[in-house]
Amino acid sequence: MADTAADRPVPPKRRTVARRDPRLMVLNWFRELTLVPVIILLMIVGAIVNPVFPTSSNLINVAQGGAALGMVVVAESLILLTGKFDISLQGTFGLAPLLGAWLIAPKASEGLGTEWSPIIGLLVVLLVGLAVGTFNGISVIKGNFNAFIFTLAMSILLTGLQLGWLGGQTVYHLPAAYIYLGANAWLGVPVAVWVTAAVFAVAALFLRYHRIGRAMYAIGGNLEAARAAGIKVDRIRIGVFMVASVLAAVGGLMQAGRVTAVTAGQGSDLIFGVFAAAVIGGISLDGGRGRMVGALTGVILLALVTNILTLSDISSTWIDAVDGAIILIALGIARVIGTDRA
Amino acid sequence: MITRSPVGEVEQVSKTFGETRALKDVSLMVHGGECHGLVGRNGAGKSTLVSVLTGLTRPDHGSIRLGGEAAPGLADRGAWLERVACVYQKSMVVPPLTVAENVFLNRPPGAKDSPLVNWRAMRERAHEVMLEWGFDLDVTRQAARLTVEQRQVVEIARALSIGARFMILDEPTASLEKAAVERLFERVRRLRDGGVGILYISHHLEEIYDICDRVSVLRDGALVLTGAVREIGQRDLVSAMIGSAPPQRVKEIEAVGRPAGLGQIKLETSHLVVRSGGGSVDDVSLQVRAGECLGLVGLDGSGSATVADAVVGLIKPLAGTVALDGRAVPPGKVDAVLSRGVGYVPQDRHARGFAPQLGVGENLTLAVLDRVARNPFGLVSFDDRDRIAETQVENLHIVASSLAQPVASLSGGNQQKVVVGRALAPDPSVLVVVNPTVGVDVAAKEALLDSIGRARDQGMAVLLVSDDFEDLRICTRLLVMVRGKVAREFSEPPWDRSSLIAAVEGLDG
Repeated sequence: MADTAADRPVPPKRRTVARRDPRLMVLNWFRELTLVPVIILLMIVGAIVNPVFPTSSNLINVAQGGAALGMVVVAESLILLTGKFDISLQGTFGLAPLLGAWLIAPKASEGLGTEWSPIIGLLVVLLVGLAVGTFNGISVIKGNFNAFIFTLAMSILLTGLQLGWLGGQTVYHLPAAYIYLGANAWLGVPVAVWVTAAVFAVAALFLRYHRIGRAMYAIGGNLEAARAAGIKVDRIRIGVFMVASVLAAVGGLMQAGRVTAVTAGQGSDLIFGVFAAAVIGGISLDGGRGRMVGALTGVILLALVTNILTLSDISSTWIDAVDGAIILIALGIARVIGTDRA
Repeated sequence: MITRSPVGEVEQVSKTFGETRALKDVSLMVHGGECHGLVGRNGAGKSTLVSVLTGLTRPDHGSIRLGGEAAPGLADRGAWLERVACVYQKSMVVPPLTVAENVFLNRPPGAKDSPLVNWRAMRERAHEVMLEWGFDLDVTRQAARLTVEQRQVVEIARALSIGARFMILDEPTASLEKAAVERLFERVRRLRDGGVGILYISHHLEEIYDICDRVSVLRDGALVLTGAVREIGQRDLVSAMIGSAPPQRVKEIEAVGRPAGLGQIKLETSHLVVRSGGGSVDDVSLQVRAGECLGLVGLDGSGSATVADAVVGLIKPLAGTVALDGRAVPPGKVDAVLSRGVGYVPQDRHARGFAPQLGVGENLTLAVLDRVARNPFGLVSFDDRDRIAETQVENLHIVASSLAQPVASLSGGNQQKVVVGRALAPDPSVLVVVNPTVGVDVAAKEALLDSIGRARDQGMAVLLVSDDFEDLRICTRLLVMVRGKVAREFSEPPWDRSSLIAAVEGLDG
């Protein structure tokens, strides 16, 4: 792209239509950043509620909590953009790291006792994600199953497998490499946060600059138009399901590393927060609209809310209710500001 | 037989939509026991007359009488339904419900004001209606499992059971097989003998001669002819539909002259058989050469648009092949067909033409994403993309505030230009175009046809499917399709309008 001006003669033709519309660009960014004032407000509220909140160690804690959620939000957003969704991402989030851990952990800590290299465990995590994503993608896209009911059933199945596989036990004493993502830090910031940030950035750039990313917007905006333009719509949509499940599996690995164990309940109820973050972040449930920047603000907002509620004096039995109320308020604010989110 | 009182009449009815005078002082009377044909070309005002007669549109002037009384107010839907019923081309049957439920939709028989449904009474009453009019249909069948013909019967039975004795049949044979048409005629005769007055709208003129007692012709919103069918010859009927006035504004069907030398065969279908709700195709073979524009002309449901869909792979044919440059294409694979140098303008721009929230530039380049992202990483070069988009913006005179403007916010004409631009952007060697100028203004129409004409002059092989005769001016050869088959070929422009219309409407020679 560096050779543009030098190599090509300047076209003498007068352009009848401008290439860009600055007004539209400002408007789009404004839409994406709707939640920023809300986030600032939450920071202020957090500082008032508890003096621990603004400390760097707490904020890093928030970031780490958001990292695993963020991976699944990226995954779900990609699927939502192409006009489908996947509820079973939370099942993959739990089952994939559990199977990987079980394979390599010692017998004493609920593992198989193979003492295999952690690399094999990590590969299994990715493979489980890939397999579930492929199965979901082919069933929903080629098999024409309704995405809601099919991935709901898959979610129940995966969560059930996760519980039944080890009779509800937790796998612990995991090798260092296996929990590296969640347990280590670079420059004082957890590796999981770096990785999630990178995944957000790559996804955002891919959607904006890659031809498949642009094709995804066309597919979500009007599937039949994309098909009639010769875009390989089925292949792309199945591919998105596969990538998303792998991302969810990696997110589960982050969660496992953070608590240095895989519980039988990891991932349950996660998907509601995922949908909430994506939608208040401006990802349309109808497909074709929304950007990663917005989804990121949704993740930050949700992670902050969870943290502030934990730090506050609110009884733990009431936290869910307040959480739900705040999500509703965030949706309301987004609507008032004039974006059609939900 | 037609001595009974009129069941439906309009007197001096006029209706204007914006600039268009859809109906001009139309007076028409349908008697009980009469089958009255109504014919006219697209846009002649038939639909407006139907919606005035069924109480969906209020005329600007004039009066409507039903069953000898002044028509009820527009708000009183129930009163309209008791007096007049229209069986539309699109089925108004609710698929998951049974035949009996569909017949008594929203007014279950049984105790008055009872909120409960008396299923047995409903089935019995529905069965009675069927028996009374000689319809052979199981009332417990689920409507989703009925054929098009049977759904029509359900709609007719519904209207009869409400008590309507004036029935409008709007192109009832458009998607019926030949045997089904015969059975429909039988039913229409029975209705007629039972004292029902029928307004029979059809594009197939031979049906008018088969079934109607009288016929009226609408042209440009005016009633130009009414009379007994046996006194009006086919020639007179066709010329009443066309009129003698010179075509308005757009140069209609002007000779393009045969191109000096035709290129080789680019597109070929052989013995194509396609089953489709939008009009099936029965053994169609055609060839399009480079530099040629083949017009495929036919009414809605004639299968002409289905041929285009099968060529680009949107529908998988039951039999037959499509070949590009002499090599067969895999059936039912749009991306494979388009990647072999085919541009495609789909019939319905909203359903298939564009992604509404994306910008003009992106929509124009949807079919060339691989070409503007040629680097090893597949990254889109915005500069390449914008240059391709700009070429099409200039070619088609697209009016937009910027390339980033969402296509949803453009006018219909400019949206259609984007769809055509999208098809032309890859510089295809074959262009498949379906109804490219539907619902666009005159200037946009000119720009669209000119750009397709230029593409043809540059050696593109164009297959143009259209029922708008103005579109055919850019064609070098025409095939007329009737009921899924190629009925006639016109190879020497300029086209003779009346023989073309006669062929399209299913009349011989």
